[in-house]
Amino acid sequence: MSVARVPRETLAVALGADELASELARAGHEVVRTGSYGLCWAEPMIDIDGIAYGPVTDLADLEAARLGPVDALPDLLQQERRVFDRCGRTDPFDYDPAWLRSQLEREPVEIIGEIEASGLRGRGGAGFPAHIKWRTVHETPADEKYVIVNADEGDSGTFADRLIMEGDPFRLIEGMLLAGRAVGAGKGIVYLRSEYPLAAEVFARAIDSARDMGLLDRFDIELFVGAGAYICGEETSLLESLEGKRGEIRAKPPVPAVAGLFGKPTLVHNVITLCAVPDILERGGADYAALGVGASTGTMTFQLAGNVKKGALIELPFGISLRALIEDWGGGTRSGRPVGAVQVGGPLGAYLKDAELDTPMTYEALAAIGAGVGHGGIVVFDETVDLVLQAHYAFAFCAHESCGKCTPCRIGAVRGKETVEAFMASAQGDDELAIIRDLCDVMEQASLCQMGGMTPIPVRSALGLK
Amino acid sequence: MATVEPGSDETRVRDIAMSRLDHIGGTIAALSDIVQTFGHIERRHMEIVADVFNLTVAEIRGIVSFYSDLRTEPTGKRHIRICQAEACQSVGGRELTAATASRLGISLGETAADGSVSLEAVYCLGLCTSGPSATVDGRAVPYATVEALIE
Repeated sequence: MSVARVPRETLAVALGADELASELARAGHEVVRTGSYGLCWAEPMIDIDGIAYGPVTDLADLEAARLGPVDALPDLLQQERRVFDRCGRTDPFDYDPAWLRSQLEREPVEIIGEIEASGLRGRGGAGFPAHIKWRTVHETPADEKYVIVNADEGDSGTFADRLIMEGDPFRLIEGMLLAGRAVGAGKGIVYLRSEYPLAAEVFARAIDSARDMGLLDRFDIELFVGAGAYICGEETSLLESLEGKRGEIRAKPPVPAVAGLFGKPTLVHNVITLCAVPDILERGGADYAALGVGASTGTMTFQLAGNVKKGALIELPFGISLRALIEDWGGGTRSGRPVGAVQVGGPLGAYLKDAELDTPMTYEALAAIGAGVGHGGIVVFDETVDLVLQAHYAFAFCAHESCGKCTPCRIGAVRGKETVEAFMASAQGDDELAIIRDLCDVMEQASLCQMGGMTPIPVRSALGLK
Repeated sequence: MATVEPGSDETRVRDIAMSRLDHIGGTIAALSDIVQTFGHIERRHMEIVADVFNLTVAEIRGIVSFYSDLRTEPTGKRHIRICQAEACQSVGGRELTAATASRLGISLGETAADGSVSLEAVYCLGLCTSGPSATVDGRAVPYATVEALIE
């Protein structure tokens, strides 16, 4: 019998994947619902007996959408899929826990040693070395410790957390259990944004399934769905929210690894950071560290979005240039016009111009030009982009999402927005630019967290202020 | 506490709040459930949640005002959310928002006077390759057009 694999993933479903699945079943195929490979431009992308088709709009004219044997698709073959190796290929609930069980027998210090050897850094945006957090939580004595997953993926241009949670939820469960074993935590909590209802449904089912397999006897996992607040992606705001409060950020120190949720040592990681852990433990930290460039080791799940022909999730070792990602992988802009600007790393990321597109995607190279990798989101704009309007949006977004705790962010964002409006209305604009420059300095240096502290990055880069 | 009839709103709100009492982020989870059940949160709902969680109404109001999902006004019969974030801006999100608002005769954040439709901003739906993105009554709409949102 012929087997048809059809993704059950938000984008594919919105584009008709559920209807395709029913139609294929009616036509006599055995239908397997998988995750998405992340080749979003090809969604709904289906696989019938190993041949991929996409985007499939009409099953009657399948040949028109033929992409070729799924195992030979260059868009997949040329990736280095360490985190996403199962995602798209498999039924997310068809899971054999044998490997995980064997890994959970390993000694905590041995696991932490592999993480240190891998050079893994936080994929949420800050790029902090993971092993330092792990060791801190491990060594801080407490009656209770937590592993918290930050799945509050609010950055525009990012969808890696959503894809893995919808397509391979057990990858995250593996990462959480292994982290829990290493740091000595008994409970894990996933903080998922409410804009991802399918991810919530799939992950909740995976938790139940893991519990049935007996995987959660010593370490339980709970899913918490947020209520619409970008700032809750900031780890201390997230902790406040999990305690049932307004998501107002906490001053650091103490860092969450010492005193986090309910004052207990807490390991907080982005989804993708924890999802890198199984591969590191399977192949060894040194193997992972051999990928990438310098201190940017391993793979990054780049997410190519915005005005780009072939938007996709592309997992590659650090070091590829933005230009190669946009042109070779993305096929240039969707509009066909030249690239005008590229925002890297979410709403707090820099707008880069053509001259900067040859920068290799590493933490270090981007930092050297005042930018950052962030969560790996790359938003392409064509030449019609109005960068003054983008600077205005950066302030407006900060004003909308500021938790209000510190003055530079709460007041600065509003004043910044007004001053960009005054700049747009004025003939000269020099006075306004001087004010914006000052305001950016104050926000950068005096804000309590990176919401206010990094808003100057898109503003300055959009306006060409150094 | 005034006695209320079983099955009334007050009882249901109390049951919801009680069921979330020992949960992580229980207040927020309870308030989200109330929005799911009743469409929005009313002052009297907040009083019950405050009572169950042993907090002041001001504290609950503070939580409600912080999170955008915890709405205190009903949405329109048809609820449209359009992504305002950068990836969607790069493919015409601003223009889509303006055109939709103009066709509906309401601004972003408003509900039509007859309650038929409401238009709300959302900041990223995670469909950033396929913008402009929107939702209609919770259903995701990639490559959104005015027609797809209104008809």
